[in-house]
Amino acid sequence: MAPDETTATAHTDGTPQARPTIVLVGHGMVGQRFLEALAERGVTGRARVVVLCEEPRAAYDRVQLTSYFSGRTPDDLALGEPGFTARHGIELHLGDPAESVDRGARTVTSRAGLTFRYDTLVLATGSYPFVPPVHGKDAEGCFVYRTIEDLLAIEDYAKTAKTGAVVGGGLLGLEAAGALKGLGLTTHVVEFAPRLMPVQVDEGGGAALRRTVEDMGVEVHTGVGTQEIEVGDTGAVAGMTLSDGTSLAADLVVFSAGVRPRDQLARDCGLDVGERGGIAVDERCRTSDPAVFAIGECALAADGRVYGLVAPGYEMAETAADAICGEEASFTGADTSTKLKLLGVDVASFGDAHGTADGCLDVVYSDSRSGVYKKLVVGSDGALLGGVLVGDADAYGMLRPLTGSVPPLAPEQLVLPAGVGAPAALGPSALPDEAVICSCHNVTKGTIRGAVTEHHCTGVPEVKKCTTAGTGCGSCVKVLTQLVNDELEAGGVVVDKGLCGCFAHTRAELYEIVRVRRLTSYAQVLDEHGREEARGGDGCEICKPAIGSVIASLAPSIGADGYVLDGEQAALQDTNDHFLANLQRNGSYSVVPRVPGGEITPEKLIVIGEVARDFGLYTKITGGQRIDLFGAGVDQLPQIWARLVEAGFESGHAYGKALRTVKSCVGQTWCRYGVQDSVRMAIDLELRYRGLRSPHKLKSAVSGCARECAEARGKDFGVIATSNGWNLYVGGNGGATPRHADLLAQDLDDEQLIRLIDRFLMFYIRTADRLERTSTWLERIEGGLDHVRDVVVEDSLGICDELERLMADHVAGYRDEWAATLEDPDRLRRFVSFVNAPGTPDPSVRFVPERDQVKPDLDVLAGPVLPIRTLEGSNA
Amino acid sequence: MTLAVETTPAPPEPAAAPQAARDGLCTARVEIRLDGGWHPVCDVAQLTPGRGVAVLLPDGRQAAVFLDRTGGVYAIGNQDPFTGAWVLSRGLLGRVGAAGRPFVASPLLKQRFDLTTGSCLDDDTVSVPAYSVRTR
Repeated sequence: MAPDETTATAHTDGTPQARPTIVLVGHGMVGQRFLEALAERGVTGRARVVVLCEEPRAAYDRVQLTSYFSGRTPDDLALGEPGFTARHGIELHLGDPAESVDRGARTVTSRAGLTFRYDTLVLATGSYPFVPPVHGKDAEGCFVYRTIEDLLAIEDYAKTAKTGAVVGGGLLGLEAAGALKGLGLTTHVVEFAPRLMPVQVDEGGGAALRRTVEDMGVEVHTGVGTQEIEVGDTGAVAGMTLSDGTSLAADLVVFSAGVRPRDQLARDCGLDVGERGGIAVDERCRTSDPAVFAIGECALAADGRVYGLVAPGYEMAETAADAICGEEASFTGADTSTKLKLLGVDVASFGDAHGTADGCLDVVYSDSRSGVYKKLVVGSDGALLGGVLVGDADAYGMLRPLTGSVPPLAPEQLVLPAGVGAPAALGPSALPDEAVICSCHNVTKGTIRGAVTEHHCTGVPEVKKCTTAGTGCGSCVKVLTQLVNDELEAGGVVVDKGLCGCFAHTRAELYEIVRVRRLTSYAQVLDEHGREEARGGDGCEICKPAIGSVIASLAPSIGADGYVLDGEQAALQDTNDHFLANLQRNGSYSVVPRVPGGEITPEKLIVIGEVARDFGLYTKITGGQRIDLFGAGVDQLPQIWARLVEAGFESGHAYGKALRTVKSCVGQTWCRYGVQDSVRMAIDLELRYRGLRSPHKLKSAVSGCARECAEARGKDFGVIATSNGWNLYVGGNGGATPRHADLLAQDLDDEQLIRLIDRFLMFYIRTADRLERTSTWLERIEGGLDHVRDVVVEDSLGICDELERLMADHVAGYRDEWAATLEDPDRLRRFVSFVNAPGTPDPSVRFVPERDQVKPDLDVLAGPVLPIRTLEGSNA
Repeated sequence: MTLAVETTPAPPEPAAAPQAARDGLCTARVEIRLDGGWHPVCDVAQLTPGRGVAVLLPDGRQAAVFLDRTGGVYAIGNQDPFTGAWVLSRGLLGRVGAAGRPFVASPLLKQRFDLTTGSCLDDDTVSVPAYSVRTR
């Protein structure tokens, strides 16, 4: 096809200063990495970069594709910093694949007819799923497993299907089987080879894997091929016939029988390709045309192999970027080690997993009861050559970097489980500096140590940023953390985890102390558990509210008064808690009555309006579906609340580190899409957890269907209705570092949902640091979401009864703080501006008009503008 | 009435009279030294250990009066110099150890001020007035 220059976009031929143009075909993981490599080398500033991408969305994490079914959205899977392409002036054409290349004219033409002239062309077209040429393979209900669009289609079709069959028992096939199982289908896996994952594991590993997979209810058929897809009268899949003649009923089939390099574009323009496919490249990733490069799964590397893993693809991306910059780099082959979790089973293989080297020996540990199989391949000189780990791959992070060297322990000690004659676990100190810790990004132990010793990183997050280690598949994070901590310790950095200058304990430790010793007095906690030098003092602004909150959280269980304004408790509270209102910049307060679930009667709305009008307050609707009344003087608070309490309002706890709101959409009652009554559930939850003191504020929302209008996934705990019940998400966050909540459990009935939230919240309150939101807590604690799920769903620590009891105590002990305050003249006495002039309002709290309401008159304050002292957390 | 920021720190006289306060906690009155004379501002019984109250001074200025755990009473200017708001009395009192110096952390942006000298512990160049206090 002749390229049509007249349809070219901004490019003008013949401009003398025209920047060189690089055209990238394909925007997958490797393509994105290539663009980042260009940006890092400053090429994006010097050259025009055009990207043609077939998929309708920009690069995403295909390795984590299956996590879509455990609650991650396509947005969560997106790769690269938001705005990356725009910031570097990269022209990204989505949904418009390259159709042809004219190497003579050096042009590429897209499906939409755009033609781009290139100086350098880079092919990163990836691979396509291989579908065996069997009859019926194109019937309705047949799918492949490669893109987000494939998954969306499978998810949709599975709604009406009962039984699914996966053709292929390799890595992706097992992921697909897990996905079908999760979608509620009876699931079969058909593998032509005699065992599952034939490429990665040996016979013993395959057997261990098979047992565990079958225990999960997946039917495994090995050593048989797919003869035919049976098609029903409607043209849809009805079943499949296997090569041994048996017939499987199935109404959904996923082909996952391997991938093939996508080299058609290269073939069409006459580039060299391998006999079995793959665009032939040299060590610098150059094809037979020096102006054209090929990287990733579409390339046949200089060592004659096509690599289907992301790490070698990334290395090729870097190599090509170096070559384009005129720098020396070469890609001559890569490690194909892998570690993954399939259907909840750890599987890892590394190095010479099949023992192909001359004279090598195996060391095998196998325990079929627990489904653990470990094999190490050792050379005749004692060097570790490779291995297979199934069911327990914890040692992978240490063993892979040791590959090629003689390990410091005997091989049998490396495969024995802890406690069965195995000595203390092998630490990363045993590794040489050149050992690669992060194989995705090729980061060595030496580089990581350097990040601490030379670049002064003081924690894992900083080291990740500095070295990129641990930011790929994440399998090395455990070893990375140990290494960083060892290095910090060696450098004499003492990480003081104490709450503040008064306490060497963390908040979680103090929670346990208060709970077990039933301490109800801050002074006693300080004098008996504070740092030696802080005892007998008054504490500080950090530990006083933190311990006040712990005592308040535990109040009903330890026999303390939960009311926060009495006795010694009064002196612990930040000003917002002290006055049960939110301090604003001019010394006035704002007032937020609780509006459970955001549902409010016209009568109550009118009362809020009348109160605001009568006291001259500024009103604004909040993000949590309630109404904030600003500009109240401290003396006015009791009068305002007398009116609100009379009308049936309660404190909204906008001032506390406590449950704020449970937002909701209107749900099934009104909305044509709703599948559950989200408003009722939101009200139930808000009334249950109101007043619960926690390490930080807590927000929640309930959505009545998957359209998620209540934005529940941006909340600490969010509930989304399904046709079968409720899905519970945890750890979401808006604010400066937004985070989507993770799915904790699905299809719960009302009772299960509430029990699980009870446990989750109490476990968080018990173990979080001061001012630590659920999102950071979830990312900090060891084991992360999986650990929390083990504890609150599986009750792995045996504490769920206690967590539920603590919550029941809270629910039974709840009283409205404002009603209680108004009843007691002693408690009301503090609501004066001046203790020596009750009734005199503070003259510095004044207002001026703006947009028909009031705003603070800051001129009255006339203070110089000075910087904010850095102290984590805020009253927001 | 003046609402300007008071920039001159009071002379560092010994500020608190803890012994007197301990002796007569129930009936004692708090007095602040102003322009050479002692002015009563409130009863010790109106104070909560660890917290402050605001008092209106005869010339329209405001002071923040605090009581610590051992009965020590302190007074500084009530205006937070970082925001201009008259709110220091609503901050939390701190004192690390029995021999530590008492301070208040502003409830707005959390800067700390020494209750005996008025100087800001987070910025040498900033201070608030500190008043001599006695209880009797």
